[in-house]
Parts: sequence; structure tokens; C-alpha cells
Amino acid sequence: MSSNITITIDNQEVQTTEGEFILNAARANDIYIPAICYLTRCSPTLACRICLVEADGKQVYACNAKSKEGMQITTTTETIEKERRAIMEVYDVNHPLQCGVCDQSGECELQNYTLELGVDAQSYSVKDVQRDSIDWGHLHYDPGLCIVCERCSTVCKDMIGDNSLKTVPRNADPLDAEFKETMPKDAYAMWNKLNKSLIGLTSGEEMLDCTSCGECAAVCPVGALVDTHFMYKSNAWELEQVPATCGHCSAGCQITYDVKHTSVENADKKIYRVMNEWNYVSLCGAGRYGFDYENRVDAKDEKAFTNAIEAFKRADSIEFTSTITNEEAYILQSLKEKLGVKLVNNEAKAFQTFLKDYSAISGTKLYGNNLEATHNSNFVISVGSALKSDNPNARYALNNSMTVNKGAGIYFHPVNDPVIEGLAKGMMSVYHAPLQEEAVLYLILDLFANKEELPSEIVDYLASFHSEKTITVEETIKEKVVEIVKEMKINEETGEEEEVEVEKSKMVPKKISKEVVVDNNRLLEILGADENFIESLEKNLKKKDTFALIAGPDLYTHPNSKNLARLLGLIERYSAFEITMIPSLTNTLGVSLICELDDEAEGYTVGYNTKADFTLSALGDGDLDMPAINQQEGTLTSINKRVNPTNAALPYNGYVLNDIANALGLNAELTVDYTASLPTANGFKALAFDTLPNHYDNDGTEHRGYLLDVVKVRKSPKQNVEPIKEDILEGTLIYLANPVRQFSDFTNKATNLDEVSGIYMSADYLQESDFNEGDMVKVKTDKGELTASVVSDNKISGNIVILPTFDSNLNSEALFSGYRFSSASIEKV
Amino acid sequence: MNQEQFNDRNVSDDGYLKVDIADYPTTPWGRFKRVVDRTFKLELFVGLWVVLREMIKFDIHTVKYPEEKMPIGPRYRAVHEMKRLWESDTERCIGCGLCEKICISNCIKMDTKIDENSRKEVSEYTINLGRCIFCGYCAEVCPELAIVHGGEYENASDQREHFVDFAQMLTPIDTMKEGKQLEFEGFGAITPHEDERVKKTPLAY
Repeated sequence: MSSNITITIDNQEVQTTEGEFILNAARANDIYIPAICYLTRCSPTLACRICLVEADGKQVYACNAKSKEGMQITTTTETIEKERRAIMEVYDVNHPLQCGVCDQSGECELQNYTLELGVDAQSYSVKDVQRDSIDWGHLHYDPGLCIVCERCSTVCKDMIGDNSLKTVPRNADPLDAEFKETMPKDAYAMWNKLNKSLIGLTSGEEMLDCTSCGECAAVCPVGALVDTHFMYKSNAWELEQVPATCGHCSAGCQITYDVKHTSVENADKKIYRVMNEWNYVSLCGAGRYGFDYENRVDAKDEKAFTNAIEAFKRADSIEFTSTITNEEAYILQSLKEKLGVKLVNNEAKAFQTFLKDYSAISGTKLYGNNLEATHNSNFVISVGSALKSDNPNARYALNNSMTVNKGAGIYFHPVNDPVIEGLAKGMMSVYHAPLQEEAVLYLILDLFANKEELPSEIVDYLASFHSEKTITVEETIKEKVVEIVKEMKINEETGEEEEVEVEKSKMVPKKISKEVVVDNNRLLEILGADENFIESLEKNLKKKDTFALIAGPDLYTHPNSKNLARLLGLIERYSAFEITMIPSLTNTLGVSLICELDDEAEGYTVGYNTKADFTLSALGDGDLDMPAINQQEGTLTSINKRVNPTNAALPYNGYVLNDIANALGLNAELTVDYTASLPTANGFKALAFDTLPNHYDNDGTEHRGYLLDVVKVRKSPKQNVEPIKEDILEGTLIYLANPVRQFSDFTNKATNLDEVSGIYMSADYLQESDFNEGDMVKVKTDKGELTASVVSDNKISGNIVILPTFDSNLNSEALFSGYRFSSASIEKV
Repeated sequence: MNQEQFNDRNVSDDGYLKVDIADYPTTPWGRFKRVVDRTFKLELFVGLWVVLREMIKFDIHTVKYPEEKMPIGPRYRAVHEMKRLWESDTERCIGCGLCEKICISNCIKMDTKIDENSRKEVSEYTINLGRCIFCGYCAEVCPELAIVHGGEYENASDQREHFVDFAQMLTPIDTMKEGKQLEFEGFGAITPHEDERVKKTPLAY
């Protein structure tokens, strides 16, 4: 592993790790080196060449030169100054002077560096080509403004994994030959490349078809790539930035809401866009575009409030979803204690139970890993999660580990996923049948666990899957063949040509077939893995040393979830894998640590964000309005086991849960007064809300809220696990998952997220079956039925039909008995 | 109008007229004399006579406002005007928002949107003249010489709404068609010999 070393940058001694890029080492120590194209966490692009520095007397690029012990680095010399100035002049060649209307409105790195390097005159010129702006749907690309730094395509490839953007030919005139002699060398090379390229779509089609995260527009240093919804809406400097935590999924990404008055007439605040610190956190489409889910309330509805108090006094149970803050969860728990009601949240309960079963083996209350560590791993496995929609950040971590750390990964899931398959070369997908998650975990134990330490009964059980079989393999070997060839040669003595015999040997490939005895693993058969699975796994496992496993929500509601939890515990204990579990909703982890949850609601029920006898709703459709997460202060517990603070971006004029709690005998002025009271026994810290930071350091260190303390629990003495139950689901399969960018009714409410609700079928399935897009179909299981229209989804393939949960009108959960897969019958109506 | 006189900022002593004013009396006797002078010399009537004489002379030097108005200098900063482009008669304003940003009394507000030609369009523009201190920053910062100050200084009204009428600020289209739009020559306008000072960008055409 990398060791700590000392290098000297501009006479300043700097501690860093062996092999760290000079640029990152400098940035971590507040030493400034200009750089345009480099993105932290992505691989160096080397497009801008402006980060030139001198290391041990040699000019190198700081973004891709690795630190070595004792390196002497100078960030500016006279030649470097000349190069940088020339590079900025080149960037300004033919750049339109329309800064006044550009959406970057001064947040422009081209402007910044042009001014910083004092470019006050232009020495270069080339004939411009016609560059018309292009509408790519949710993005707008103006090639006229583009400086082809390739940050968009780099982030798309290295972080997001969509690979939707690439450089395309510009078809410009070649540069004047005279420049090659007169210009600084690097500036010429950079211009030569720049003059040949623009950004285009990898697919070659007219419209962008990706997972629509908008990260490319966020990283664009100029106004070339912008979000269509934001075009010409506001200047950057008018927007007030409210630091917050995204409330859509458990990743808990840091975002800032950019807020301004609605219009000249309307002084009400409105969120115009969402920004992120893209060097350290990458957003998904829901986080970036799903921001206007606030619940606008004109005034306090006193009558509804009185009714709510009555309802709480009468209630036998309180049912709620996990899209609430930790403080609200704490209030609900306090109300439970005070009023003696039942607290019901099935999805959090399943996760809570799963964690408990897991900790009996692992000995810690929570899983050991987080997504940040997954980013830095080089072998990642995902089990039981539709990764791209359950937690987009987990997918980014998986992709990032493969592209930047030269890693590899396996994706175990029943639903075929072309997005995951397209991530990187080292990605292996195993599409097993539903209910076979146990076999997956056994396989991981079999392949990776330390068999010497693993309990002997499990070793024996694993051995029972192995058998030997003889197969015939065809191999190509190279054989040496010696030939005698006659050649004409000039006799040096006589000067005449004569025939000479020459021996020539060459290697000739030859196919042979031979019989070999190989190990046959029945687990692979059960999972339906590829024949070459073991072979490619061996290849992919070369030079891998950090292992991460992402476990998803399919496991928590699995009929044998207890066994799965224990298997995960074993994997964490006896293999090199570190586990991250994806909490199913925004604050499922927080709720499961704060609330004592009951199994089922009974009697008169009050619902919070879920329909019940009396409904409190942040969606605006209940009996009493509640603030949505972008209107609240509070903390959210993320997948990274971090308690992140979030601030209110928009005002809220109605009653909040704390008002109800105060009326019922609790006493706190603000909801965030409870932040310090969150249960320390479960890892929370007694810190007041106002003391929680929310920012990143220059070296990427996260200062957001705090990390949950590691809480040890007693390990259970028995480590037994049950054998695999080879149950199968018959017939047509349905799966409960959302399309990318949708998580809940809150994302559904957002105007810029336009996914249509319905029954999602892959193109393959539509072709095989007699359904067509737009048909009304009836889906029926033993639990219930629903009717909705068919939506063709090109982000899945295979035969499993997907029912989304983001539209509660569809009520698709009612068709399932907990587990996310079910067999169903589908027919046209 | 010629601008050169405004660019000559050298103030010399030559043009000044010195006024001969006697010093204040310092002794008690001197002060007493001043009191007696002021009381018994009837200087009040000297002043009154001037008024009376001018009243009956009919060759008055006072401007008879509001029938008559003083000519306003080009750098006078009264109610704003929005100019049009000579080439196309359309509004010059590109909606960059710099006037809104620089306004120190926060009286300019604008809404922008994307129009059907994918260009930035100013959908709403208001100046609250009740708040405006006529500092001229907006005209100075405007990169397009779109917002300028005009000579219209009469802006008393009994309605606050009258202070924010964009249509009145914009050059009427008829005036524009007749070619009668007046260019602003005050602060922020192009100074003479600007061309000679600009470094030219090389072009490969």
C-alpha cells in the first residue's frame, strides 16, 4: 500500500502519500496550481495542460505526475508562465463575447483564468467553423462556448458510468504551420487537439439517452453545457445558496439549493437549481432536478391542527414512511412512549430486523463499510439491489472503483440491466433467479472466505456443492516448424546470384483438444452463471486488494432474510469483503436506529406521509399539511453512517410535527432542539444542530454532521446458517423498483422529473409478448391487482416486469407480500 | 454634441472671479457699528427695490418654469431611458442583469426567460423610481448602452405605480423609425478616440 512521503512544493514541505498526483497533494495543502480539465476522483484527462509544473527540473503535468519521496516541485517558472498564457490565449480564440447572456454568468473558469493570467491581447487565430447549439433534451449544448476540456465526458465515464459523451471531430481548418515554430510547445499541442474536437453523443443519435444525472452540466467550466430548465432563468450571483442534504435517497448527498424570488411580481422564494461540490460528491438526476417538491402552505390551518391533536389523542398506531428527519423520528418515538401508541413502518422495520440479525454474527450494530471506501476499492460486488435506481451513488462508487482503480466487480441481480453491463470492462453480471440471494452469498463465502477460520459445518456444506467433471477443451498452442527454403543470394566472392538453401523456423498455431478434470461448482449452476465465470473471475481478480460488497433492499424483505443477514455477517467476518447496506429509503437507517417499531398497525391510525384514518402529509394531500424535506431543518442519516444536517431552502407557514408534539405535552421550541437528544446508545452524538458543519475540505475530507459511533454488540455464540432453500417463483415475474431518477411521491411531484408512471417492460419483453407500449394491462397476484398502462423502458432488459413505487396512486406495494419479486399474471384490458 | 469639453478635466485658476468681502468685525466697537448699520441703513429696501425694478422692467432673466425649461446637459442624470438598436429597432437590453446587480438602492428588478428563438429575453423590467437615487451606476455598467439616463426630471406623481413604467422609458418605435433616437453621451458612453486605444484581435479570414 501507499506510504507517507514528504515532497517540496515551492519551498514548502508537504506530507502526502506515495503515488498521489502532485496536483492533489498541492490542493490538500492549499498550494495553488491552475488546472481546468482535472476532476478529483476521476482519471486525468490531460486536455488543458495548464497544470504544468517543474518536478526535479523536468516539466510534468501536475494532474498525472505521481509524487515520489523528496520530489522538488516548482509551480511557476518563466517557461511555464509563457505556456499558461499561450494556453489561455488559445482558449479565447473565437470564443464568443456573449458573457452578458451566458448562463455561467461569471462562474466561469475561462473568464477566471483569462483574467488571472492577464490575457489582454490575442496573438493567435484560426478560421472558425459553424457551431450551432444543440438541444439534447434535459441538457443544452452550445459548441460555440465549448473549450473541449472533456470534463463532461470524463465525469460521465469515470464517475457516472453512462459513457454518453465523447469527443467528435470539429472539421476545422488545420492550424497555420507558422504557429508550430512560434508558439510554446504544450500550448501548440493542446491547441492542435482542441482544434480537432468537439463534444458529441457516444450513441450517435440526436437525443441524449442516459440516466440523466446532469453531472456533465455541473462540471462544465463554461456555459457550454447547461440544464435546459435553467436556461436564461437567473444569473448565478442573484441566487442565495442554501447548503442542504438531498432528501430523495439514502446516499444523503450534499447539495446546495439555489434560491431567489419567483418573479418581479411574486416575492415568494423559489428554488432555481441544485448545485453540488462535484469534485467530492456526484448527484443523480433526482437530486439535481427533483427540487421543487415543497409543500406550499399559505397560513396555519388551526382547525386541521385541532383535529390532528384529537386524532393523536385517539390514535392506537402511528404509521409513517422513512422520508422524515431524525428529529421527527425522535418526536414520533417520544410520542409513542408518551401516548403508548404503536409505531409502524414496515420498510424500516425490515431493515432494523435485518441489521439486528446481521450484528449477531458481525458483532457491530452497523455494517462496516461506506460508499467512500467503496469508491476506493478495486473489487466490488453488488447483491440484491437494482443498483442504478435504489442508490445511484452506490452505482457511481462501483463504476468509479472500476474505472479509476482499475477494479472489477460482479453484479448479482435477477433483472437484466444494460446500464450496469455498460459500466466498464471488469464488470461481470450474474442474472440469477429471484429468491436465490442465499446462493449468491454462499458463493461469495465459497470463493472468498478464509476456509480455515470459517466454521467447519459451513465449509462442509460449501464443499457439498463441488464435484469434479471432465471436459474437453480446445487449446491453441504454438508449434515450432522448421522449413528449408530456397533463396536467391548474391555470392559475395563472385558477385553472381545463386540459389542457397536456408533453414527457417517459424511458430505455427495449432489447435489441439485435450481432456481436463475441472471443478464443478453447483452454486454457479443454481445462479445460472456464465460458463466462463470462474475463468473471467480469476482474470479480474488479479492485483486486487480491497474488496467491497454492496447489499441491497431485496435482502431485507426476503423470506429468509434472517439467514441472509447472518451470511452477510459471516462474509464480513471471514473474508476480505467490507459490507455496505443500502437503506431502502432516505432515512431508513436513522429511523431504524431511533424508533422502536411495531409489526402491524391496529385500530385508529394516524399516518405521516402515508394514507391512514388521519393523514399528515408533506405532499399536500392529507388532513394536515407538513413541511417537505427542503422546507425543514434537521438531520438525515445516510448510507455512509453519517448524520448530515440539512437546512430549510424555502419557508413554511404551516404547522410542523413539533407543534403537535408540544400540544401533546412534549416541550421543544424547535424541531432541531432534539438533535442533541438522539439516542447515543445507538451511535448518535449529543451535538446540537447548530454545531454541525456541512462542507468539504480542499483535500476532499468530508465535514458534514458527524459519523455514527461504532457500537459493539454481543456476538451470538452460534454461527449456524441454514442451507439454501431452492424455491422458485413461477410464471411471469414482477419486481418492485423505480426507474432511475424516481424514488417516492416527492420525486414524482418535481416538475423536471418527467418519468411516466406505469408498468415498465423491457423492449425484449414487449417484442416477445403481445403487449404494446401504452396498452392498459391488469397485473394480478395473490395479494391483489392493479391496472395501468405499459411503459417501454430501455434501461432494463429481460423478462421481468417492473412496478414502480414512486406513484402512490398505483399502490403497487399492495401486490407484493414483502419480497420485491412476485409471480403475477398480466393481461390486457 | 461635442464631448471634448467634458474630457478636459484640467481646472486652472485663470477663469475665477475673486469676490471682495470684508472681514468680520473683531472689536466690540466694530460689532456695534455693524448692528447700527444694519438697523438704520434700510438695506432691506435696497433688495426690495431690485425685485420691484425687475418686476416692472419686463426683460426678466428668470426662467418661467414650467412654461420655460432650462436646457439639460448631456450628463444630467434624470429618469432612465431604454434605447433601441439602430440596425433592427429592437431593444438593446440583453438581460445581463448587471444594472440589477450594481444598483445600490436595489430598485431595478428583471425577469428573464428563453424565447422561441432560443435567445435570452427580458420578460419583465422595472425600476422603482421612488427608490432610485439617480447615481448613474446602471448606465455606466450597461455593456450595451441600453439603459441610460435621460433629461426628464419631472417625476412627481400621486401614484407609486407611475414610477415603474417600462414602456415610457423605452424609445417609442415611431421616434426610432424616424431616426430621432438621441444617443446618451454621459458617463458610460463611448469616449472619443476609443478606436485608437483598442488592441485588435487577429482574424484568420
